[in-house]
Amino acid sequence: MSGFDRLAALVAKDLLVELRSREVAYSTLVFALLVLLIFNFAFELRVENLQALAPGVLWVTFIFAAVLALSRLFAAERDRGALEGLLLCPVDRGTIYLAKLISALVLMLAVEAVAVPVFIALFGLNLPLGPLGLVAFLGSLGFASVGTLFSALAAHTRTREGLLPLLLFPISVPVIIATVKATGGVVAGEPWGVTLPWLQLLAGFDVLFAGLSYLVFELAVEE
Amino acid sequence: MKAAIRVDGLEKHYGLTAALRGIGFELGPGQVCVLLGPNGSGKTTLLKILATLVRPDRGVVEVGGYDVRRQGRLVRNIIGVVGHQTYLYEELTVAENLRFYGRMYRVPELERRIREVAGLLGLEDRLETRVRALSRGFQQRAALARALLHDPPILLLDEPTTGLDADGRRRFGEILADLRTRGGTVLFSSHAFELERDWADRALVLSAGRLVFDGPAAGLDAGVLAGLLAGRGADRVRV
Repeated sequence: MSGFDRLAALVAKDLLVELRSREVAYSTLVFALLVLLIFNFAFELRVENLQALAPGVLWVTFIFAAVLALSRLFAAERDRGALEGLLLCPVDRGTIYLAKLISALVLMLAVEAVAVPVFIALFGLNLPLGPLGLVAFLGSLGFASVGTLFSALAAHTRTREGLLPLLLFPISVPVIIATVKATGGVVAGEPWGVTLPWLQLLAGFDVLFAGLSYLVFELAVEE
Repeated sequence: MKAAIRVDGLEKHYGLTAALRGIGFELGPGQVCVLLGPNGSGKTTLLKILATLVRPDRGVVEVGGYDVRRQGRLVRNIIGVVGHQTYLYEELTVAENLRFYGRMYRVPELERRIREVAGLLGLEDRLETRVRALSRGFQQRAALARALLHDPPILLLDEPTTGLDADGRRRFGEILADLRTRGGTVLFSSHAFELERDWADRALVLSAGRLVFDGPAAGLDAGVLAGLLAGRGADRVRV
């Protein structure tokens, strides 16, 4: 694949910058943990309603935290004047999109990997981590696919922090519904045949959102 | 001779404001041209259009024979750009930044080339320093190193000497002279024309989005320039 070396360099750069600054990872993680803590106090979950509410609690936490991370995906680079340098490189805009998507996904999954054990500890719920990991990956991919595009769009505006969720939430409703339903199936320990259609729907939206975003990304980063 | 930069009938509007109106000029290989004009005259917009960062509304814009609208990636391969910002990542060292951009441009023998451009700009001792910790002058030298890394035949530079001390300015002048002898083309905007006049063999002057002078840089002194910007004197002097 001709652009793979550039894609790898872009992702490595993003992760190294984040590793050094820890600007997004720390704030996103602390935010996710605080939301879980608030839910824990607010709902007083009991065994009889725990399984019904757990998927919603988990994904509201992940999605709010993801919006925080996505809002800084391009904004930090733009604020420091590096975004134009990136756009001046002889690289397909689509490659830049894919690199940003991978960087956002890595960050989201890292935060989720820390938040899930905390969720289990706080709510005393035994979750099958393998299937939950698959749902988390597909759900995060769908949300990050469209979130990366809108983050690039919103980065040009002064009201980007407010604009991003307004753009992102309505569009990502199908992904959120499919993800919560699939998580519900996993939490309730339902047969694989019940959860599979939601996962297939989720995978379909992932491909659709990532494909469309890849194609229109060039328009989003034009001045 | 094929033009390195060809602009004809270029128009650019931001909403109702005309940033560039009917701009036309050509630059050949081996030409170093200074772009002058007051704030808001359209210098940065023109350079950004040539660099494929801003899309023109109308007109022909070709860089290295490539159309900036349809062949942006090919244009970006042959240009080196310095803007108002450094385009560098503050959390990374100078070497890490150059390594990253070198991989984007697929620069052969990258480590050797990094040492070479660092030597040209006096950055050898600061390669392992994070950009955040550099002075403004050394950040600008690093920005120039980034633009020169892939040895582009065409340089588009927006006030490239901002923050440079006398040594940095001298080094930059030598780089321009070397590029000119190798047939490279440079278009740079300047806020210190009196100091930089000798580097350029041609000058373009913009005023309110219009090209009001196109001629030899040597024939342009402070009095003539002030007159042009005030709307007096030669109207579109051609080389």
